[in-house]
Amino acid sequence: MQRKVRDNKAWFLVLPVFILVAFSAIVPIMTVVNYSVQDIFDQNTAYFVGAEWYREMLRNPALLDSLGRQFFFSFSVLAIEVPLGIAIALVMPTKGRMAAVSLILVAIPLLIPWNVVGTIWQIFSRADIGLFGYAVNALGIDYNYTSDPTAAWLTVLLMDVWHWTPLIALLCYSGLRAIPEAFYQAARIDRASKWAIFRHIQLPRLKSVLVIGVLLRFMDSFMIYTEPFVLTGGGPGNSTTFLSQALTQMAIGQFDIGPAAAFSLIYYLIVLLVCYAFFTAINQLDKAK
Amino acid sequence: MDYSMRKKLGLALYIVFLFIPIYWLVIMSFKGTEEILGGLTLWPHDFTFDNYHTIFTDSTWYMGYVNSMIYVSMNMAITLVVALPAAYAFSRYRFIGDTHLFFWLLSNRMAPPAVFLLPFFQLYSSVGLFDTHIAVALAHCLFTVPLAVWILEGFMSGVPREVDETAYIDGYSFPKFFLRIFLPMIRSGIGVTAFFCFMFSWVELLFARTLTSVDAKPIAAIMTRTVGAAGIDWGLLAAAGVLTIIPGVLVIWFVRNHVAKGFALGRV
Repeated sequence: MQRKVRDNKAWFLVLPVFILVAFSAIVPIMTVVNYSVQDIFDQNTAYFVGAEWYREMLRNPALLDSLGRQFFFSFSVLAIEVPLGIAIALVMPTKGRMAAVSLILVAIPLLIPWNVVGTIWQIFSRADIGLFGYAVNALGIDYNYTSDPTAAWLTVLLMDVWHWTPLIALLCYSGLRAIPEAFYQAARIDRASKWAIFRHIQLPRLKSVLVIGVLLRFMDSFMIYTEPFVLTGGGPGNSTTFLSQALTQMAIGQFDIGPAAAFSLIYYLIVLLVCYAFFTAINQLDKAK
Repeated sequence: MDYSMRKKLGLALYIVFLFIPIYWLVIMSFKGTEEILGGLTLWPHDFTFDNYHTIFTDSTWYMGYVNSMIYVSMNMAITLVVALPAAYAFSRYRFIGDTHLFFWLLSNRMAPPAVFLLPFFQLYSSVGLFDTHIAVALAHCLFTVPLAVWILEGFMSGVPREVDETAYIDGYSFPKFFLRIFLPMIRSGIGVTAFFCFMFSWVELLFARTLTSVDAKPIAAIMTRTVGAAGIDWGLLAAAGVLTIIPGVLVIWFVRNHVAKGFALGRV
């Protein structure tokens, strides 16, 4: 780590970012706080209800269900995508034309608009017009994601793995390229095994990119909305209704803005808390070394 | 089979897994509706450009692509202009509240969109920016700027402080040093950052849809109208989807060497 100079004038350099982000961040958040403590009937009629929505929401079984589903989904996503992404990064070629080609091919799913990702998987998995749905049924497995909750959940998971593993792979690939050749030479002299090289050279050097990768994947999978909305619409039943969608139904479908706002803030705090704990844990580990 | 063959095989299988769904999308965009609904065909028997023809001749369709490109470019430009000095400050100085500011910036990526969309709509309507490209670009800055600062700071921390000090001794002013010497040294970082800005702005739908109605409506929102009274026009939907993939491929083509060169990010 380089030494840093203490100088509060550096604030002038950060000021544009601060103003820009504050403009889009503070007013909306305060508006949501405002909704969350009121019972809103129409534009001119609203009553202050204090913390009532918060109490009510924390006892709402439908929301707690989708919260549980959400945690389960996010952890499944991380458990599959992180190891798979690292593995892909390790097998990608390092030099020459093939390196550039494989990089481009692997990155493509990341650059597809999210609703198009939903559309791709809808077209791909439908039992009547989709290659995947048709093939699985042809193998004798009864698969129809529009009527079977397990199939729907697995399809959404598969879609997410397809969509986002490339992000982890790309970040890890870049991290691996930043390891100086001298490290590998030293390992060769010591006759280190492939596993030892991975464990003691590559993995520690991947830490910083993995932190970004895991944080981004946690946040985005925890707020997943567009892709399952297009693919399954949250169904069948509630099997793929994740938290964002449950809230949207409440806020826009039933027009219960107050309760939805209260739960949004709880939701926001959960994400913040998990990320902060993760962030702090990593920093502590760093200091302990 | 030796180790490097197994590596190649693994990668090839993964790439096949990535491309089968895309293959299906592309194939479907060249089929007519009867063929799509009539049964499964691995290759279009009646090869048709009708779906693409519809998109390229109808201005309400192709303007969606233009709108998306405009706000994504604006977002990239704004993000880089504000994030570069900020990342420099984070990489070189300690100042009051720096770590808190950093986490606060990042925390804006974590707000669940569902309920926050309504206040966003109200905010941008009240300042008269509703249905403009700049509104979407600014809203997307909420998540591209923190990420850009994070990535750029990693690259900047890789440049030794001695470079700055030598430049000052040689009589460079800060702006001149920053533009002439420092930025060229981290151009890979700028490329990678631009790629990530593009990635998160191009693919986003909720903000873009909420903040626009006609003049700045993005392609992703226009696609939803393929759902008509007669069901979904799958061929047209697939063709529109294929066209949204192309700009992304171009962008990754331009930055491939920067990403391949590698980056280790500084701050965690």
